[in-house]
This record gives sequence, structure tokens and C-alpha cells, in this order.
Amino acid sequence: MKKLYKILTAKTLVPNIHLFKFDAPRIAHKAKAGQFVVLTKDEKGERIPLTIADSDAQAGTVTIVFMEVGKTTRELGLLQTGDSIMSLTGPLGLPTHIENYGTVVCVAGGFAVAPVMPIARAMKQAGNKVISILGARNKELIFWEDELRSVSDKLIVTTDDGTYGRKGLVTEPLKEILESGEKIGLVVAIGPSIMMKFCAKTTHPFGVKTIVSLNPVMVDGTGMCGCCRVVVGGQTKFACVDGPDFDAHQVDWDLLAARQRTYLEEEKQAMENWQCQCGKHS
Amino acid sequence: MRAKNFKEVALGYTPAMAAEEAGRCIQCPKRPCVAGCPVNIDIPEFIKAVREGKMAEAVTVLKSKNALPGICGRVCPQETQCEEQCTLLKQKAPVAIGRLERYVADWERENKAAMPPGAPLPPPTGKKVAVIGSGPSGLTAAAELAKKGHAVSIFEALHVGGGVLMYGIPEFRLPKEIVQNEINFVKSLGVELVLDAVIGKCDTIDEILGEGYDAVFLGTGAGLPMFLNIPGENANGIYSANEWLTRTNLMKAYLFPNYDTPLKVGKKVAVIGGGNVAMDAARCALRLGAAEVYIVYRRSETELPARREEVENAMEEGIVFKFLTNPTKFMDDGKGWLTGMECIQMELGEPDASGRRRPIAKAGSEFVMNIDTAVVALGTTPNPLIAATTIGLKTTGHGTVVADETTGKTVKDKVWAGGDIVTGAATVISAMGAGKRAAADIDKYLMGKQ
Ligand SMILES: Cc1cc2nc3c(=O)[nH]c(=O)nc-3n(C[C@H](O)[C@H](O)[C@H](O)COP(=O)(O)OP(=O)(O)OC[C@H]3O[C@@H](n4cnc5c(N)ncnc54)[C@H](O)[C@@H]3O)c2cc1C
Ligand SMILES: Cc1cc2nc3c(=O)[nH]c(=O)nc-3n(C[C@H](O)[C@H](O)[C@H](O)COP(=O)(O)OP(=O)(O)OC[C@H]3O[C@@H](n4cnc5c(N)ncnc54)[C@H](O)[C@@H]3O)c2cc1C
Ligand code: SF4
Ligand code: SF4
Ligand code: FES
Repeated sequence: MKKLYKILTAKTLVPNIHLFKFDAPRIAHKAKAGQFVVLTKDEKGERIPLTIADSDAQAGTVTIVFMEVGKTTRELGLLQTGDSIMSLTGPLGLPTHIENYGTVVCVAGGFAVAPVMPIARAMKQAGNKVISILGARNKELIFWEDELRSVSDKLIVTTDDGTYGRKGLVTEPLKEILESGEKIGLVVAIGPSIMMKFCAKTTHPFGVKTIVSLNPVMVDGTGMCGCCRVVVGGQTKFACVDGPDFDAHQVDWDLLAARQRTYLEEEKQAMENWQCQCGKHS
Repeated sequence: MRAKNFKEVALGYTPAMAAEEAGRCIQCPKRPCVAGCPVNIDIPEFIKAVREGKMAEAVTVLKSKNALPGICGRVCPQETQCEEQCTLLKQKAPVAIGRLERYVADWERENKAAMPPGAPLPPPTGKKVAVIGSGPSGLTAAAELAKKGHAVSIFEALHVGGGVLMYGIPEFRLPKEIVQNEINFVKSLGVELVLDAVIGKCDTIDEILGEGYDAVFLGTGAGLPMFLNIPGENANGIYSANEWLTRTNLMKAYLFPNYDTPLKVGKKVAVIGGGNVAMDAARCALRLGAAEVYIVYRRSETELPARREEVENAMEEGIVFKFLTNPTKFMDDGKGWLTGMECIQMELGEPDASGRRRPIAKAGSEFVMNIDTAVVALGTTPNPLIAATTIGLKTTGHGTVVADETTGKTVKDKVWAGGDIVTGAATVISAMGAGKRAAADIDKYLMGKQ
């Protein structure tokens, strides 16, 4: 009865991070950098938002990259090429505002190299000089380095443990670039909330406009439920329709962090329940 | 016991009960009840058929005016519509028209084989119509247009069709199987249902028209939740009724962790508002395991806009009503979790524009309700997406789309609209009536009769 969305390619990029390419012409046709999809695996599944990492209007395909963090993403991680999911909706959210800012610094933390890619590419195409910073915990977790380099004038890689590139956090090279005196028109930072928050802190003293892609819990992704409320510049916004991009210096990070924790207990319960149902994946 | 599960609360009639109730109808020649029904069902005729045991005939009479009787019989505010006009109202009690309607629809569902085959569909006209939204207005418009031989596609944003019937109204009031049954009926007429299609985000209305559709019906409802806009409203534990009900009904959070979507139900839940939505949210809270559930409403019991039956059920189930009470701010525990709601006592003043007496705050009457969950059920307005992405559509200050009252025609060429997107949050039957009128006008336009 359900229309199914076929996974044309399923790939594990690095441990726990997967790529799916879907046959989804209706979405591919319209997708722009910065937009996301909401997907549901099956009848009992949750609706989860994932950023569009790539799309091809001609081929009618949409690519997403996700990290296993809880029950749904772990369950998705078991799917393979040729499998299908129940629902895929998009493109949702406002596209990232692209213009020629002169020089743009794109900062990607962890899996976020995927959502950063289309933005870096569009910024480059708009005539910007693009400096990208790619940060990961260790060498094993780095992917799409060459892809990101191909749309950047310069790429800096950092790892927390120094197994590859520079040792340290993405905020260090970011700070150096800002201190170097080069005029930076815009910083785009995407990754875990804590990373985005510290990028915002780093750029704030330099007065450089900084855009982040917020990731509150969502349900419909169309402005219908208000679950994704964030506060930006003292005003309540629905991240799924007013964002997900927002001015990093105006975001109420504490509220975002608190709201993201709403279902911690239930998420743990879902995970435990699922693990004992399929013991082999524990 | 019933307040602990999601099974349907109001039980249907037995054949004997139905025959007895149908027998009460005195078949008034002036048929005042018919005028009370927004789609003018031939009420005396269908009741007569029930009385005579001619069930298939009763179904035919009902369905000639109302494609979704199983739904209306359950959720119509009959006391302000058909039953309010019933001659017997002044004597004892009006004929239970809604209950009888439901009985007939349920009979049909269980006796499909006994029904004569429906009229064959006319030959295709070659005209294509896009219906946006699969709520009652869209489903009705689609069914009517398909019956005229037009090719109809419904585009629905969510992964399930049915609109508020699926995501808003809970299982215990309107079993989802019944809604899906009605949707299957519409599909059986040849209507294509395209899910996961957020029009305005994927295709726009103008692109749809450019793709060869001859007309568009907008039935996207009023899905944008209103909040109180008071301090502290973003704390964890505060939900819009839409989120609360969507998680519960559409995503089946009441079956968590068997279903993946969670909902955090606290011990003390306050629902703010007095309409059907508030009653549904409160009754869900009780079934989800809350120990104390309050309805907080700023006017008095007489002004409650909810269906009387829902209010009675809510009271019976143990929901506590706090009338003449208005929240002023929310408090949290310092870590973002809701701990209380400050309210102020109200009194009723002069009637306002809506004809209801206006609530006025009593200075110095503030008090705190210790709650850990709040559901804001103040009402909804249309989602601005369609209006913002469609060239030449006219909207009012309330965000509703301007459309002719009798035809549903908007000021934009080839575009009609009806249901909550035009009226603001209203009723299932009025949305269906609007879908039906628009379908008639669209048909006229498509067949060149205008
Ligand atoms: C606009 C947007 C774009 C995103 N893009 C990506 C992406 O490209 N790749 C990627 O790996 N992740 C992305 N995420 C995060 C992703 O949606 C969550 O990791 C996922 O929902 C976790 O589900 P789970 O059941 O596996 O984990 P859970 O155990 O349910 O949750 C783990 C954490 O994920 C978050 N989360 C849970 N449910 C939701 C939900 N329904 N909506 C949003 N967040 C939720 C919460 O913070 C939670 O604590 C994005 C989130 C948003 C809002
Ligand atoms: C909790 C609750 C209880 C209610 N109880 C009653 C009751 O007891 N009796 C009664 O008569 N009425 C009741 N109502 C009101 C009634 O449900 C609505 O008036 C009616 O559903 C409106 O129908 P509609 O077709 O206009 O819109 P909806 O039912 O709102 O359907 C609109 C559909 O359009 C879809 N949509 C929106 N935007 C887009 C887009 N851009 N692209 C594609 N699809 C889109 C939505 O997802 C939705 O499925 C209740 C409402 C609620 C919320
Ligand atoms: S559709 Fe509603 S108003 Fe009309 S007869 Fe049935 S219950 Fe009454
Ligand atoms: S008004 Fe009441 S008694 Fe008269 S025909 Fe209608 S339902 Fe029957
Ligand atoms: S996710 Fe529901 S309004 Fe944003």
C-alpha cells in the first residue's frame, strides 16, 4: 500500500557513518544547499530529519549521510542497497543563503562534512574564496576529504587525537584565520551543537557573520507542531521552516541543548529494547 | 477503565436500539433537521429506511450527500447542527441523528457484500485536477470530481492521508481504521494519493498548473499552532496540541517503545484551551498515564466551544476543569524542565465581537499550578507555505485564503479552496461541504458550462 523509496546505493563511509542515495525525483528536482529531508523507515518508525548531502535533478537522486546515534539511525545503518524505506519528504527548510561574500570559511565537525559539501560548492560557484576546516575525532572517522578539497581553495584537517592533520579542535585554525587579518565575509559552521556554539564564540569577537544549521528534535518538519522551537535573537522560531540556518551569534544555545535532551530517557529505553530484540547487534 | 486505553469510547447502537431510536422520528413534512446539516443529508428518508430495516437503502440515501458518514456520525457537533433543529428537541430529546448515521455507516462497513454495486464511473473527461491536502475537504472534493470522470491526484504533505482525522482526532473518538476505510473508498474511485509531497517545497501550485493540471483545489487546512506567547513557554514539557496529538495519534506514541516515537507524559498535565482539541489532548493525557489532568480555560463552562459529548466524557473520565483561569507565565527547574504555571483568575465582561462575554483579568488573583506538562490548545491558523509560494493568491489578515463562499473559487485563475484554509479551524462537515461545493464548480468550469 505504501509507496516505497528505494535505496539505490547504501555505503558505510567510516565506522557508524553511512550514505544512502535514494531514488526521489520530486525532491531532487528542487533540493538546494542547506535543505533537509524527513524520513521514516517503516510503519512503526520515527520521523527523523537528515540534511541533503547531494542531489542530482537529472538523475532524480538524493543523497543523505547519517551517523548512528540511537535506535532509528542504528536500524537504518543495517539497510543495504536495494532496500526501501516507507517515507521520504522534502526538500524542507530554507536553503542556505548563497552570495559572493568574498571569502567564506566552512567548518565541518564529524559527519557534518556531508551537509557542508553542497554549501561549500555553492559558495565556490558564487565566486567566493572558500576555506574549509574539517574536524573529526580521529583519522578513522574522516571521509570526503578529497571531495571537500575539490570545492575549497584551502582545506585544513584537524583530529582531536592528532592521528591525522592538525591535532586539536576546529576552533583553533578558525581563530588563526580570523587573526591573520584576512577579510572573512562569512563563516558557516555545521556539526554537533557544542561545536557550533564554540565556533560562534570564536567568531563573535571578530564580528564576522556566522551561520549555523540547528538540529533540534523535529516531528513533521513543515511548521505544524512547534517541536523544533529555538530562540534566536530573543524570538521563538520554528527551525524547520524559519531555518535550519540561523545567525550563530543570536542563538540561545542553552535552550537548544535543554530541548535536545527532552527524550534522553526514552531514547535509551528504545535502544535497550531494540538491542534485546535483536541480540546480535548488541 | 476506559480512560486508560485508546479503544473507542462511544459504543454503537445494536439493531434493536437503532430501530427504536429511528422509530422516534416523526417524519416532519418540513424537515427542519435537514436545514441544520451543512450538507443537507436527507435525514428523514435515511431514518425511515433504518426503521424499516432497509439498511442498504439507508446507506445509499446517506452517501448521496455525504461521502464520509462513518466520520461525521462520530465527530459532528450535532447539538448545534442537525439535532438542534429537530422538532423533538423541545419535547424530550432530539432524534439521535448522528448516532443513527454512524450506525448506518458501520453497518455498511461490515456488510460490503450486501450493498448494490455503486454507479459506474462515467467515461474519463480527459481533465486533470490536483487536490492539495487529504483532510476531509480534499477527500470530498477528490471523490466528487472522480465521480464526474476527471482524473484526480491528491498531494499530501504527511506520510499518511486523512489530515486532522488521522493526526488530530484520537483513536478512542474516531478509529483510524474507519478513516483509512473512507480513504480507500476515495482511492477506489480512481483517485491517486501522492504522499510525502509538501506542495510549495517540492512543486508549487504554479508548477502543478504548468504540468498539465486543469484545476487545483486547496484543502491544506489550518495546521499552524498558536502559542500563548508568555514567558517560559519553550521549557521542556510544554507542547502545542498539534505536537502532542501528532505524536500520540499519527506516530502512535501510546504504543512506545513498540513504535519509535516517544512522548513525555508527566504526572500533572494542564491543557490550555476549551475546544475539541483541548478535550482530545486532555483525554489523551489521561490515557497516556497522567495522574492529574486539568483543562484551563479563560471563560466559563457555558462558553466552552467543544462538542457537548466530549466535555461530558472528559468530566466523567476525571479531568478537572479550571474555568475563568488564564496562564501568565511558566516556571522551570533551572535546567529547562517545566515545574509550574502561574495563572490569573478571570471574570466575564461585556460580549466581544464573537458574541461571547469577554474575559477580564482580576488584578492580584495570581496563583501557581504545580504541573510538569502543559499542552497549549489555543487554536490554529493556516500554514503560510501555500500562500507564500503561490503567485496571485489572496489571503486575509488571519492568514486564511480568500475564496467565494458558494463556489470556493479564489481570485487566482484555475484555483479553488475550501475547508479550514478558508474558514480557519472549523468542523469536519463544513470542510466537506466546502470540498463538495468547490468540486461542483470545478466540474462546471472544466466542462465549459460557465
Ligand atoms: C535539520 C536537521 C538536519 C540533520 N541532519 C543530519 C545529518 O545530515 N546527518 C545526521 O547524522 N544527523 C542529522 N541530524 C540529526 C538526526 O536527525 C538525529 O541524529 C536522529 O534523529 C537521531 O535519531 P535516533 O533514533 O537514531 O537517535 P535517538 O536516540 O532518538 O536520539 C539521539 C539524539 O538525536 C536527536 N534526535 C532524536 N530524535 C530526533 C528527531 N526526531 N529530530 C531531530 N533530532 C532528533 C536528539 O538530540 C537525541 O538526543 C539532523 C537534525 C536536524 C534537525
Ligand atoms: C484535535 C482536533 C479535534 C477536532 N475535533 C473535531 C470534531 O469533533 N468535530 C468536528 O467537526 N471537527 C473537529 N475538528 C476540526 C476538523 O478536524 C477540521 O475542521 C477539519 O479536519 C478541516 O478539514 P480540512 O480538509 O480543511 O483540513 P485538514 O483536516 O487540516 O487537512 C489538511 C491536510 O493538508 C495537508 N497539507 C497542509 N499543507 C500542505 C502542503 N503544503 N502540501 C500538501 N499537503 C498539505 C495536511 O498535512 C493535512 O493532511 C478537530 C480538529 C482537531 C485538530
Ligand atoms: S453530517 Fe453531521 S450535521 Fe449532517 S446529519 Fe450527519 S451528523 Fe448531522
Ligand atoms: S426534525 Fe427530528 S423528528 Fe423531524 S424529521 Fe428531522 S429527525 Fe425526524
Ligand atoms: S518540526 Fe514540527 S514545526 Fe518544526
